[in-house]
Amino acid sequence: MSFWTDPLKVAADWLMSILTGWGMPEIAAQVLIGFLGVLLLISILMVLDNFLVWVERKVVSRFQDRIGPNRVGPFGLIQPFADIIKLLIKEDTTPGGADKVVYNIAPMLSMMSVLILWAIVPLAPTILNVDLNIGALYIIAAGAIGTLSIIMAGWSSNNKFALIGAFRQVAVMVSFEIPMLTMLLIPTILAGSMGMNAIIEKQNIWFVWLAPLGALIFLITAIAELGRAPFDMAEGESELVAGYNTEYSGMKFGMFYAGELLHAFTYGGFWSILFFGGYRFFGLEQVSPFLAIAVLVFKAFVGYWVIMWIKYTLMRIRIDHMLAFNWKFLTPLAFTLLMVTALMNALLAGASTWLYVAGMFLSNVLLAWVALTIARSYSRRERENVEGVKNVVTSRSIP
Amino acid sequence: MSQWIYIGLFFIVGLLIPVGAIAVAWILGPKKPNPIKQSTYECGIETVGDSWVQFKAQYYIFALVFLVFDVETVFLFPWAVKLGQLGLYAVVEGIIFILILIAGLVYTWRKGMLEWA
Amino acid sequence: MTAEQIIFLVVALFTLGSGFMVVTTGNLVHAALWLVSTLFGVAVIFALLSAGFLAVVQVVVYIGAIAILFIFAVMLTRKDMRDQGPQTNRGWWVGALIAVLTFVGLFFLLQGWNGLSKTAAVLPSGFDAVAELGTALVSPDAYVLPFEVASVLLVAALVGAVYVAFNRK
Repeated sequence: MSFWTDPLKVAADWLMSILTGWGMPEIAAQVLIGFLGVLLLISILMVLDNFLVWVERKVVSRFQDRIGPNRVGPFGLIQPFADIIKLLIKEDTTPGGADKVVYNIAPMLSMMSVLILWAIVPLAPTILNVDLNIGALYIIAAGAIGTLSIIMAGWSSNNKFALIGAFRQVAVMVSFEIPMLTMLLIPTILAGSMGMNAIIEKQNIWFVWLAPLGALIFLITAIAELGRAPFDMAEGESELVAGYNTEYSGMKFGMFYAGELLHAFTYGGFWSILFFGGYRFFGLEQVSPFLAIAVLVFKAFVGYWVIMWIKYTLMRIRIDHMLAFNWKFLTPLAFTLLMVTALMNALLAGASTWLYVAGMFLSNVLLAWVALTIARSYSRRERENVEGVKNVVTSRSIP
Repeated sequence: MSQWIYIGLFFIVGLLIPVGAIAVAWILGPKKPNPIKQSTYECGIETVGDSWVQFKAQYYIFALVFLVFDVETVFLFPWAVKLGQLGLYAVVEGIIFILILIAGLVYTWRKGMLEWA
Repeated sequence: MTAEQIIFLVVALFTLGSGFMVVTTGNLVHAALWLVSTLFGVAVIFALLSAGFLAVVQVVVYIGAIAILFIFAVMLTRKDMRDQGPQTNRGWWVGALIAVLTFVGLFFLLQGWNGLSKTAAVLPSGFDAVAELGTALVSPDAYVLPFEVASVLLVAALVGAVYVAFNRK
């Protein structure tokens, strides 16, 4: 096989021949090659993270009708590098009374929980990092470590705002994991496996056509997991200073911030893998793995752009509204959607492709319509209770 | 097995990169601690009271309800993997499982445990 | 000593060490965090035994839900995180004696067990543990009844939590 169709194997074999030529035992050589591969991927991700900072600042500035960074370098491209240098030479303060060990470990765990997510992302048909057959649950496991790091950060700062912010953020993240787990079940049912690569392989028809409501709910819960607006109650800048990262400065804050942006990009990537076909694009991925990587990165950027669009357009939601929305609307809707998808998948199993797609799509649309009707009538009743007047002209209102 | 070694390597390198970055920042930054700099932040004023606040027990209740539903959805994952190959019977069994738990959610809702106040 | 045995020894020492720190550290939140690392060590042992699904479930349920619950409980109820008073009471030597006797007894019992020298059975290639588990959970002659009963058990836990935790108006 040539380098262009299977780069990983060619590079690995070449390195293996060199290392065993130097007398290293094979298993140690394998571990070393794996280590170099991981180092390469994570280095590329950190550079990409820098670029994401620039993208975020330019996009937010356009949404807010201004230009954004344009002084440092052409179009402000060198701005994030200048920011990194600034963060690196800042003083590393620890607040007095803070729990030093926990305070220092929290940003490291937060960044680690984002980087380990890329272990299961399939970049191309032949460049698979780890083809783990339990990929869907692995996403949640990495999220669990992230949740832990937030509560460590909030508690160890010895600061009321940080602690309240951390508690709220963890309550939101933990609550929205239930619909997210349920939405991860839907591509699992449709593809018959939890592994990311298997899910991509089975997407001859993108799963967004088979479960559009599922894609939407996954997007909503992903934004809540990320702690971005409209769900960023914990970081509400005007209310809680900066939430759980109030007492962090310098590179530790940089780890939280950059980790959040990379996390958003990663979830954009997962949204596209689970529902939009990942690296597939009508057979383009068979031509060359580098084209497949380009397709995946492009789709991840589109997902990231949707997440940014939502962030810079919508208002922040209050914490009790957020939790009520999750437990009273999203969770029952998610479970109902799961039952409907499983049922339709079994009933339409032997049907032709067009009937299958139409059946699943229409059942989703019907369920969304029913849910919105119930929500609308419920909110109308709530409004009438609060305002105390129905939509009828009573004799009292006529003078 | 080699899969898990690769994931272990991801954990190790994923931990080393932030550690390295923060270590570089620690080396490069000035070190001039003084008590004002290290005091707790409270919007520019001196702190009032302990930094321990009586928290709402509601946080704990949300975590508890989350735990029950987390275990439920984890049970559903093996069911979902095999769903394509088993027939309608397996689907109905799973639906019964989910319905019992939705009944639990409705009970919790009606008892008012999902309110914030 | 194969590589697997070395890795297992390292992970086991890490898990046992974290477990020891859970019970001896004076700060409650630190104890909860040491518990997290113990649970993570157990997840790594599951992965070593090729039970990948259980390893990930361990992290998701134990670390992601139960450890968070512990930390919430500790933070919501304790004003002072440090233990008051000494770590041991006057009868500590009785406890130590019983622990040593139990350890010696277990050691002798396990001498006669032949499982210590067995190696793990090699799974056939293409064996998908999760799919097998899925079939087992829904087939009538396997575990479908415990599967449904588990959901009733979870609802019972929820009802119990409502009863215990709810503030009657």
